Amino acid sequence: MVLKIVENLGVKYLKGTDEYKSKLEHELRKLKFPYKALAEDDYDARRKDHISHFILRLAYCQSEDLRRWFIQQEMDLFRYRFNELSDPLVQQFLEYVNLLYEPISKDVKKRLKDELFMSTPGLSAEKVEEQSFYKIPLQDAQDLIRVRRVLLNYGFALVPHQDMVVIILNNYRTKLSKALAVAAVIGKLHRTGRRDVCGGVPTWLRKHWSKAQAHGGDLSVLSLTARSLPAVQSDERLQPLLNHLSHSYIGPDYSAQKNTGKISLEQIDALSVKSYPICMRQLHKALRENHHLRHGGRMQYGLFLKGIGLTLEQALEFWRSEFIRGKIDADKFDKGYAYSIRHNYGKEGKRTDYTPFSCMKIILSNPPSQGDYHGCPFRHSDPELLKQKLQSYKISSTGISQILELVKGMHYQLACQKYFELTHDVDDIGFPLNHPNQYFVESQKLLSGGRELKKEMSHPGSSQLKPTSQESINSSSATTTSNNEADTELEGLDEYFAED
Amino acid sequence: WAVTRGMEKGYFARREFSFTLRDDIYVRYQSFERPQDLEKELQKACPYKVDIGAVYSHRPSQHNTLRSGAFQAQEKELVFDVDMTDYDDVRGCCSSAEICSKCWTLMTIAIRILDRALVEDLGVQHRLWVYSGRRGVHCWVCDDTVRKWSSSLRSSIVDYLSLVKGGADTVKKVHLSDPVHPFISKSLRLVEEYFEQYALLGQDILGCRESWDKVLALVPDRPPLREQLQQDFPRKRDSVQRWARLKALSSSSSKKLPSYTEQEIMLQFCFPRLDGNVSKGLNHLLKSPFSVHPKTGRISVPIDIQRLEQFDPFAVPTISSLCRELDEANDEDKDKENEEDPESRRRVRDYKRTSLAPYVRVFECFVEDMERARRGELLRRSDLQGDF
Repeated sequence: MVLKIVENLGVKYLKGTDEYKSKLEHELRKLKFPYKALAEDDYDARRKDHISHFILRLAYCQSEDLRRWFIQQEMDLFRYRFNELSDPLVQQFLEYVNLLYEPISKDVKKRLKDELFMSTPGLSAEKVEEQSFYKIPLQDAQDLIRVRRVLLNYGFALVPHQDMVVIILNNYRTKLSKALAVAAVIGKLHRTGRRDVCGGVPTWLRKHWSKAQAHGGDLSVLSLTARSLPAVQSDERLQPLLNHLSHSYIGPDYSAQKNTGKISLEQIDALSVKSYPICMRQLHKALRENHHLRHGGRMQYGLFLKGIGLTLEQALEFWRSEFIRGKIDADKFDKGYAYSIRHNYGKEGKRTDYTPFSCMKIILSNPPSQGDYHGCPFRHSDPELLKQKLQSYKISSTGISQILELVKGMHYQLACQKYFELTHDVDDIGFPLNHPNQYFVESQKLLSGGRELKKEMSHPGSSQLKPTSQESINSSSATTTSNNEADTELEGLDEYFAED
Repeated sequence: WAVTRGMEKGYFARREFSFTLRDDIYVRYQSFERPQDLEKELQKACPYKVDIGAVYSHRPSQHNTLRSGAFQAQEKELVFDVDMTDYDDVRGCCSSAEICSKCWTLMTIAIRILDRALVEDLGVQHRLWVYSGRRGVHCWVCDDTVRKWSSSLRSSIVDYLSLVKGGADTVKKVHLSDPVHPFISKSLRLVEEYFEQYALLGQDILGCRESWDKVLALVPDRPPLREQLQQDFPRKRDSVQRWARLKALSSSSSKKLPSYTEQEIMLQFCFPRLDGNVSKGLNHLLKSPFSVHPKTGRISVPIDIQRLEQFDPFAVPTISSLCRELDEANDEDKDKENEEDPESRRRVRDYKRTSLAPYVRVFECFVEDMERARRGELLRRSDLQGDF
């Protein structure tokens, strides 16, 4: 949650400006995030921070996209927190993390005075005099070398105290990304059943893991994140939580009950143009044109429809009327497809009431392949095609380039947010967009002057730990039995219809 | 052989070689257990060109048998490639693949600037500068630590060393800002040594209206500077005088803003233009020293940087001149040549009798330096490849 905010603000404001800082501080305060923990020495808060950080590590090590996102946000958060530290605390911190670099001697500094001054923009001659410079190995100072902002002297970068944050960030990034990579590899080995490679680690580590939990996160044990992953993955209590954390979002789950029956089938076409996010608009169009959608699309769109208020009966009618215009006859539809629709509404099989997919889930799991129309258009289409699509939706060319810029920076949800702002002619929707159904609700709210659907938005749920494990149906590594059940059920259906 | 010697077991076997055969058939991921195997294969396949790649985690010849992702480049010399073609917009004498003694000065400048930075800034020791055989130079940096550098560090270094940016669409390719980094000012000092001789007299960059217009395009469009120069230039006698005028005007015209017009022009015309991609990736291939350039026939010989100014690319032996020398030498002492020499000894003697000898000596010095730096290692015969 904290990281999400860091991302949103990072894109909205220029990083490092005062506005960015104060906004971030405000948000962090709101969340009671111990962003000044080292300064305030609040043990309890720090403990919580540690635990959540390492749990997130476990959750976010599972794919390249997740890792990159996680690292980027942690970097920004770290930079902010580090810059808030006072000088003695910086020193203390450096000692603590064992990053003690050797400062250059007075003589050397005197000799290189002019060069030091010339190589560090923004540092006055007096400042050069007063700050200490550290000898940093080249590989730790890459970011500074690249932009020629540091003096190189016989294989060492001489970095002034004020630029140390860059070095430390670099170091932190390397460590974090290594740890995540190792965690991912071990996790994979473990999943494929090659426990032998992990060398019997699971059992004893599992003990430590639970002990660590009991003791509230003893750091030394938690820092074994990577190696403890196998243990964690075999721990049935944790696995669904981890999958859920990285794939899910925190907020209302848009399960259907609240607004069922508000929408009639005749409205759908109009709504799809006005209030659908692009991913759903694309699915709807494909369905109308081809009279068919493959499994991934049916899941994504079907649950979305359920979320915007289609009843089971309406859904059945909707899908049937469309499908029988294609190659499927009514009989075949009733035998096969109807089941999965009822299944989505919790009327078959495990009888779970499934919730619509969040953006995170759409972006990260089950990428579309040939013949599929689901997924997130911002994430899963070529920029060129996306551009054409946006043009056909009559987005202005400046808007398109703004969107493409966000896509380039892999801010897919923000791109969607931009799309929302452009199509609804508002400057700033003022909330982070992270669910297609949220898009729909907000859009309706705006279009109808905020009368009708207001009620639904009123409880921002803190459902982080609510075991909505059904959301991870498609997540690759679901190991819990309940998920397996769902998986096999759905896979079976898929195979059943594979011929069309 | 220098680029592979004295390393732990299996190091050589994990090194990638690639051959270019007849008709531009390119074979990558060759690797050999022992240097002798490479030698045999060279004799058998007679490649037109041999490139050296990285040291991989596994034997490159088996790269297909491995899971993707498992096969990764681990080590590689840091290499630089400076190519005369990249200077085409600033040399009037030749274009593309041609070179002449006039523009070769550019390579001399490039080597001096880069070599200084390599030693004084980056702290490396073992640099082998090699004439590529046609229009450029390569540099192999072979320090143990450098070989292990990550590609991100390599690309940072390339960015650090690059000043001339932008392609055909950019007119002004060098922009300096205050303060000028010591790397740039030190490089400038080197450029200054050559600028008058090379650019003003040799290339005569302000010789006629057409060429000085190109230079004036780099002068900031800030009246009255450019117009003034436009008026003044025809009245001056030659490039040197015109340059003096430009210097005087550009420094006097801007009292407040520091202006680097003069320096920027000098750098744009003379500063080394690296082919960054060769240096950035670990898996990039580069032509082996002592190979024959397929187009010119000239041997890719090491350059003695102590005697850099004397190096003349046109004096470099070609494959045909070497063959001639060998034949002559063989004729001379045919009588002595009756004992049963092992192949290797004969070869060593062979090159010593040709004009290649001094270049091999440069190479041997380089290798010896490296060996001295690395104690207690196997001495291996330095393998000479001028035989294909």
